[in-house]
Amino acid sequence: MREKDYTRREFMRNLSLTALGSLSLPIFFSACSKQEKEDFLQKHFKEMSEEEKRHVIAKLEQRYLEQYGKKFHISTQEAVPGTLWGYGLELSKCIGCRRCVYACVKENNNSRVSPQLHWIRVLRLKRGNLINLEDSEHYYDPEMVPEKGYVYLPVQCQQCEDPPCVKVCPVHATWKEPDGIVVVDYNWCIGCRYCIAACPYKGRVFNWAEPNIPKEELNPSVHYLGNRPRMKSTVDKCTFCIQRVRSGRYPACVEACPTGTRKFGNLLDPKSEIRYLIENKRVFRLKEDLGTEPKFYYFFES
Amino acid sequence: MNNKTLVIWFGFFSGICFVSFASGASQEFPVSPPPITEGMFPCSSCHASMEVNRQKRELKDEHSNIKLHHAETMRWCLDCHDARNRDKLRLYNGELINFTESYRLCGECHGNVYRDWRAGIHGKRTGYFAGGKRTYLLCAHCHDPHDPAYRPIKPEPPPLKPLEGRAGHFLKNR
Repeated sequence: MREKDYTRREFMRNLSLTALGSLSLPIFFSACSKQEKEDFLQKHFKEMSEEEKRHVIAKLEQRYLEQYGKKFHISTQEAVPGTLWGYGLELSKCIGCRRCVYACVKENNNSRVSPQLHWIRVLRLKRGNLINLEDSEHYYDPEMVPEKGYVYLPVQCQQCEDPPCVKVCPVHATWKEPDGIVVVDYNWCIGCRYCIAACPYKGRVFNWAEPNIPKEELNPSVHYLGNRPRMKSTVDKCTFCIQRVRSGRYPACVEACPTGTRKFGNLLDPKSEIRYLIENKRVFRLKEDLGTEPKFYYFFES
Repeated sequence: MNNKTLVIWFGFFSGICFVSFASGASQEFPVSPPPITEGMFPCSSCHASMEVNRQKRELKDEHSNIKLHHAETMRWCLDCHDARNRDKLRLYNGELINFTESYRLCGECHGNVYRDWRAGIHGKRTGYFAGGKRTYLLCAHCHDPHDPAYRPIKPEPPPLKPLEGRAGHFLKNR
């Protein structure tokens, strides 16, 4: 079939739309503040030069100082060569006390209420019913834990080797770093939440409003791709505490766990804790059949 | 000394080296201070002047808070605490160790747990896993050696349900 020729009417319409568009851009920029303009024109993190990164960091540190009255240190440390991070969690030890949940919130400057953003969700399952995740409950609230007849299964971002969330992002605002951590460029994120829909582990959350963090509880030691305070309309997620693990420290949830359920290490180092438990314990990963290749290993005492 | 004897001697000494390394005693584990009730240590400040009573009995004057629930039918204080030097713990072979090394005593019965603990799988380590100081928790930090079952604790609050988290906020403020 032959394509229809442009009519005079259509030509006029397109011309006027183009003119309107090009005229409205300067109006848009004049209407927004200098800060918004700078943010809008900021490059994707992976395309920034060292000079541009320094400029952005200085700008952000200044902004946080004004906003929160605290001197922040924003790191852009890259992945350490020869590292691929893996996580271990022993189901026979977890007592479901949620210490990890709140240590994570505090370390990572998550919004506390409206919206309340948790990167770790502790599921409670009936003992002997571990495969039916749809029967799980995460609002459980007993006097004391552990409760008889239940097991607890904490779930957070599984840092998949083949992450579905990265595949669906229409603007490449999220990607997998060389050390296996899936990160988000919060400034590049357009808030479409495709990644939230794609994640089979419910590992991502959305800032429905400006984050709500008590000033005195802010953690000023942050990473650009990790726990820096976020803004409205961005998606965020667990980064294995990128700001800690890239300098050799255990993630906050590992240190907070009172039962030593949580383990962390370098999958490429044969002497690491994570390699020991993969080699010596019965391990499994969540929803292995989906082929996402999580780097989060659940294991049992054997 | 002929060649045969030399070979035998070599085998003997390398065996000794292997055993001592394999036992884990040569490895050092930086631990947090042992969880001893304040004012209790050194134990010898009271016990040095007391006569040793090896009789298994209910403690009435002191340490009355200790209720032994740890294979109590076959164990007594002096199986682990040394009778002559109360500031030390005592291994099966008679070796005296400090409270900071108590994991060696626990490991004598709980060998598989001790192996996992040394590898950092049982129990907890904090600090730096690479390029810095790493601290181990002792067995006794989580398990009371006299009653080692882990105690239930109060959980942190559950997450807010979606209505409480967002819409509820607006409803309340309307």
